[in-house]
Amino acid sequence: MTDSIVSALDTLGNSAYVVVALLILMALYTMLTQKNLIKICVSIAILGSSVNMFLVLLGYRDGGEIPIYFLQGENQAMVLPTPQCLTLTAIVIALATTALMLSLIILLHKHYGTLDIDEIRRLRG
Amino acid sequence: MKPLSVVVTSICDIFAWFIVVFGVYVINNGHSTPGGGFQGGAITATFLSFVLVAYGGSHFKQWVREGVYGLLEFVGLVAFFIFGCLGFPNSFFYNSLAIAYGATPLSEWIPYCGTISLMNVAVGFEVVGALSIVVITMYESIHMVSTGEGMGGERGHDRFNR
Amino acid sequence: MNIRDHLPAFLVMLPLLGAFLTPAVGSLGKVIRNGFYILFSFLTLLTSLSIGCAVFWGNPMVYVMGGDSFALTLPSGMSYPVRILFEIDAFGALFAICIAIASFAGALFSIAYMDKFSGWKKYLALYFMLTAGALGMCATGDLFNFFVFVEISSIASFGLVAFWRDKPEAIEASFKYMLVSQIAAMLLLIGIGSLYGKYNSVTMAALSSMMRDGYLERVVIALIFCVLAFKCGAFPMHTWMPDAYAEAPTGVTCLLVTVSQASFYGLIRVCYSIFPRIATGGVVGWVLIVIGCMSMFFGVMMAVVQHEIKRLMGYHSISQVGYMLLALGVGLVALGDQKDMIDYGYTAMKGGLFHAANYSIYKALLFLCAGSLYYATGTRNLDKMGGLARNMPWTTGMFVIAAAAISGLPPFNGFVSKWMIYESSFAIHPILPAIAMVTSVLTLASFAKVFQAAFLGPAKADFVAVREAPGFMLAGMAVLTVATLLLTLFPSWFTSNIFEKAAVALADNAAYVRAVMGGI
Repeated sequence: MTDSIVSALDTLGNSAYVVVALLILMALYTMLTQKNLIKICVSIAILGSSVNMFLVLLGYRDGGEIPIYFLQGENQAMVLPTPQCLTLTAIVIALATTALMLSLIILLHKHYGTLDIDEIRRLRG
Repeated sequence: MKPLSVVVTSICDIFAWFIVVFGVYVINNGHSTPGGGFQGGAITATFLSFVLVAYGGSHFKQWVREGVYGLLEFVGLVAFFIFGCLGFPNSFFYNSLAIAYGATPLSEWIPYCGTISLMNVAVGFEVVGALSIVVITMYESIHMVSTGEGMGGERGHDRFNR
Repeated sequence: MNIRDHLPAFLVMLPLLGAFLTPAVGSLGKVIRNGFYILFSFLTLLTSLSIGCAVFWGNPMVYVMGGDSFALTLPSGMSYPVRILFEIDAFGALFAICIAIASFAGALFSIAYMDKFSGWKKYLALYFMLTAGALGMCATGDLFNFFVFVEISSIASFGLVAFWRDKPEAIEASFKYMLVSQIAAMLLLIGIGSLYGKYNSVTMAALSSMMRDGYLERVVIALIFCVLAFKCGAFPMHTWMPDAYAEAPTGVTCLLVTVSQASFYGLIRVCYSIFPRIATGGVVGWVLIVIGCMSMFFGVMMAVVQHEIKRLMGYHSISQVGYMLLALGVGLVALGDQKDMIDYGYTAMKGGLFHAANYSIYKALLFLCAGSLYYATGTRNLDKMGGLARNMPWTTGMFVIAAAAISGLPPFNGFVSKWMIYESSFAIHPILPAIAMVTSVLTLASFAKVFQAAFLGPAKADFVAVREAPGFMLAGMAVLTVATLLLTLFPSWFTSNIFEKAAVALADNAAYVRAVMGGI
């Protein structure tokens, strides 16, 4: 199973980066075109996940094992551990901001009675 | 929120505890397997949202006390800080309890990794507390919006009573 | 290792410990809570001042979290900068001191200002997190940790801007800020990840020593530049700034000013220390200059027409950030040419750093004065105020000092730093000091308007019974007033002992690298 995935990735080359780029563009497109606050929040979550995917991809090595010393078995090649640490930190941060953003959306809905971003504008000038 | 059908509540009765046990397993083995404090804590905290979805808001309100989770969070954070300070003659976060490669540990209960596993436990406590509080607060604000009540009796508003 | 070596860790540890202990201390009663709040802010201030003493009259401090040396030496003998690293040179210490002063003053102010409100535990914890994030941004020697501290301070500031959650405006300002800030943070992470992918390191010094010129690097510097210019409120990306500043509780606004200063620190650090080979001499310096001029001019133009006192000051922040961007941009254009540096480059950098210190102190003081007015009158609208000078003499006096300093009236510190900026930017193009002077005049005009509207004139019937702000609020303002007066009275001492050293440390990229890499 793992071998087939690895060989598939091998033949695909850098296409994983293309997927990341597509996800980022999708997220940005959604953010710019949608008016609903929840959809905007979802698009920010997608943006965060795609950046995390990008970081994990940076540390990928062909046929690498998990970067823990005594679990790696016969295979001596490990994927790089640093991007995984970075990704974990970024996931925690993304979780905190998503939770906070959803809470703010609840409060906004209470105050304004709508989720349309065009109708939420009291701060002008 | 209304409780779901009896099928869901029965499944919740059976599986909610497995979620907690699995989460604690992930926390405790964070130093040697993929996982750790945050991941295990997040798994454990799903317990609360499971209970909320299955049993509905009224049961949830009776069962859950926010102070307990606040205490968990506080204990986790302070413990994490103290474990960080344990390395102090060398530097903050220095792993002073670690056992060198090849040396024999005093007991098989002490992991080789030193403070890392202890920190995992501390982070686990913190994350369980914090994510549970997030779930509780969000539930309360949904409740607040649907009933139109004030915000938990707080006077955090911006109008002076002069 | 003695305790002096651990100071950089204490700089971030103390506010974090304050935030962690808050749930317990917050329920012990008012006196203990207030004492705890002041004590931890004051200890942070002391730590930053002693770091300043060690760094201004010594070498840059390097601190490694969890290890004795910064590198993890692999069995093959290759040394690899992997650990979490703090590096504070004179430039970083300057900003850390400004942040700690503002944090202390804001703490004193908040004790009286927030006294009527509940939610103190959350307020305290978020306040300390915000301080820790901002100080960490100035202390870290690692790009990824810089991102983490940016996010810590951003999340804390989202919470604090929305602190009065019964007010729709506060929630809206916080949501707006959060939306753009999150996109910016993700772009920053993409930039840092790309650098990691190419150079296998996120340590700033290691990146700086390995940096070459190339397409990827240019894209990355563009990304990081846009993100940090957004975070420090430069012109095209400024819209969050007046909203967030106006809606946050005033004790926090005073700290938010310095948090945007920390982003400014990051922007300058990235341009001068990490990408010196790409940024020097050419386009990046000019982009800084143009953005700076636009922020100066448009910021003040939008400020003049405001009627709400905190929004007016928020727009002035944009224009003040413009001065610093202009000065450091001039320095960046001159950097790399020894003759230009001696002719005008160092003057520009000294002026910019002097202005940064001035700005974070007198702007914080102005916001506290606005908060004091709001506390006394219950309104932020300038048209409704009037004749408050009789009722609030201390606030009036401190407001006059701060307003004179920000407008650049001659004896005050604002004049000294602005003069340095005029003098040096004239060497590049004569239009630049002209724009800066017009901005300065407009600043004076708008603060004259505020002074006239709020303090002078006949007493309004609503505000006859208004009394002076409570003692703690005045104490917080007095801390900043004393700092302003010190900078006013001894400008030459501060210039030659602090700002010159900070400018030299910033320009000398090799010393920054050497402090970590040890002569590689």
